[in-house]
Amino acid sequence: MRMSRTVRTGTAAVVRHAFLIVSAALMVTPFLYMISTSFKSQAYVLTVPPQFIPNPATIDNYVQVWNTQNFGRYFANSLLVAVTSTFLSVLLSSMMAYAFARFEFRGRKLLFRIVLLGLMVPTMMLIIPQFILAKGFGLLDSYLGLIVFYVAGNLSLNTYLLRSFFISIPNELDQAMQVDGAGAWTRFTRLILPLSTPALATTTIFTFLATWDEFAWAATIIRDADLRTLPIAIRLFQGANATQWGLVFAASLIAIIPVIAVFLIFQRYFVQGLTAGAVKG
Amino acid sequence: MTRREAAPAAGGASRQALTPWLFLAPGLVLFLVAIIYPILSAAQMSLYDWNVLSAASSKFIGFDNYVRAFHDPVFWTALANSGAYMVLTVPPQIILGLGIALLLKAKSPAQPVYRVLFYLPVVTSWVVVSLLFKYLFADEGLINWLMDPSMAAPISWLSSRWAAMVAIAALGIWKGIGWSMMIFLAALQGIPAALEEAATMDGANRWQRFRVVSLPAIWPAMAFVLVMLVIGGFNVFISVLLMTGGGPAQSTEVVLTYMYSVAFGDLDFGYGSAIAVLLTLVVFVLAMVQLRVYRTDEEVSE
Repeated sequence: MRMSRTVRTGTAAVVRHAFLIVSAALMVTPFLYMISTSFKSQAYVLTVPPQFIPNPATIDNYVQVWNTQNFGRYFANSLLVAVTSTFLSVLLSSMMAYAFARFEFRGRKLLFRIVLLGLMVPTMMLIIPQFILAKGFGLLDSYLGLIVFYVAGNLSLNTYLLRSFFISIPNELDQAMQVDGAGAWTRFTRLILPLSTPALATTTIFTFLATWDEFAWAATIIRDADLRTLPIAIRLFQGANATQWGLVFAASLIAIIPVIAVFLIFQRYFVQGLTAGAVKG
Repeated sequence: MTRREAAPAAGGASRQALTPWLFLAPGLVLFLVAIIYPILSAAQMSLYDWNVLSAASSKFIGFDNYVRAFHDPVFWTALANSGAYMVLTVPPQIILGLGIALLLKAKSPAQPVYRVLFYLPVVTSWVVVSLLFKYLFADEGLINWLMDPSMAAPISWLSSRWAAMVAIAALGIWKGIGWSMMIFLAALQGIPAALEEAATMDGANRWQRFRVVSLPAIWPAMAFVLVMLVIGGFNVFISVLLMTGGGPAQSTEVVLTYMYSVAFGDLDFGYGSAIAVLLTLVVFVLAMVQLRVYRTDEEVSE
């Protein structure tokens, strides 16, 4: 009885692992193939049968992307825009979240609902009026035009996540500081923010990835080649006729390395952010 | 301390009343200008024959743009393609995501590795993966070779409507499985082990335990995933734009690529706004349904 049970769970475990290995392999194959192609010269990117191990392998694509294609500039643009937008969005969101979490004031409920409205409206829906707005403020073709709308676009989710977290911090701590004479700003910067590192990490990571990868808005307002961010630059590598696939993927891999690094280092915050969304809606 | 007490009560109160507004102001002003104003503006523009060169001379045409959408065959094609994309991508993402989550539920040293591997496509930019799948589905590409190594009659995936939709949906599924898996995994790990053990004691088999214990417990997560995937289905844009550009002959347009080409290709901002508003209404209704589901859920649990 006991024996057969162990054998059965043993077989189940083997089947389970076999299934997981096969499906994980399916998920990863496209990435591996992309890495492989980034080391092929143009003549070998679409051979029959396909080359899985590049032969001859070359690093020409990486050299060419980095040197002749102005890629360093695009990388710096993306970094500048993503870091600035993330910092500002998390700062403004946490201030708003603090007001919603710790103060009673007229219209609080209504205002919070209006902020949540931003979660329900697809970003793409706003692209036409935002374009006209950006044009009116002279923000087309500028870093500022990207940053302002990236910050605004991430306010709703960040405010929502941070508010939930701030509410979970016991109010007695605030009161104790208040008795000691600490003003609202001091309580915010010395108490709430330091205690909220996990939530701040989650919002920072999500905002950074969203802005680093953003495509539609950048493609719409950026014409000046010197201001291109990575997603639009990569798209343009994929020329109209004969796509230089090796170049495209060398560029792509350089662009996704920071993302994968951030993801691997801060994994647990990803899970927290996702479940916060799942449990609370 | 004494100074605080000595301060006039009225002055202190009004300063306190001002405090939350100082915290709110910077973010709120930006939000109202860059998000709320455009929402209202899109609704207004959709009622005009918008003149891109001089907005002031735009003509008010009432609901003509909406009537036009109703009679526009390309709009219907785009809507049908968005629907097809959902039918092709939502069920596989739920079933496969849940299946993998169930397999990964048990703690094991390999679990974090699998989690990372399945989640990798989720964090990778849409632009990169769209180009990658365009390459995989190329005429002499990997997919055709896998299907028939002799390459006698390779399928031209991206140059006919339904083959292209299948390729685009394949990308959507591959990129999305990791996300639904993570949500389901979190929900499954929230189930008290005692419940499962009790069911096992009572002689419930694997399927019975899943149906009676796991499924009810992850029901809210299931509803959340379903609604988010349907909303995500309406939002498909970059993959279509980069893999087919809506072609050939606009046969693979989805709602957003069509809206974008109407607005920034034809410079017809009024009609583009009308399409955007229609899409938003649908998504908004879905989001409200989801909020409703969660509200009742929270009331029950509290």
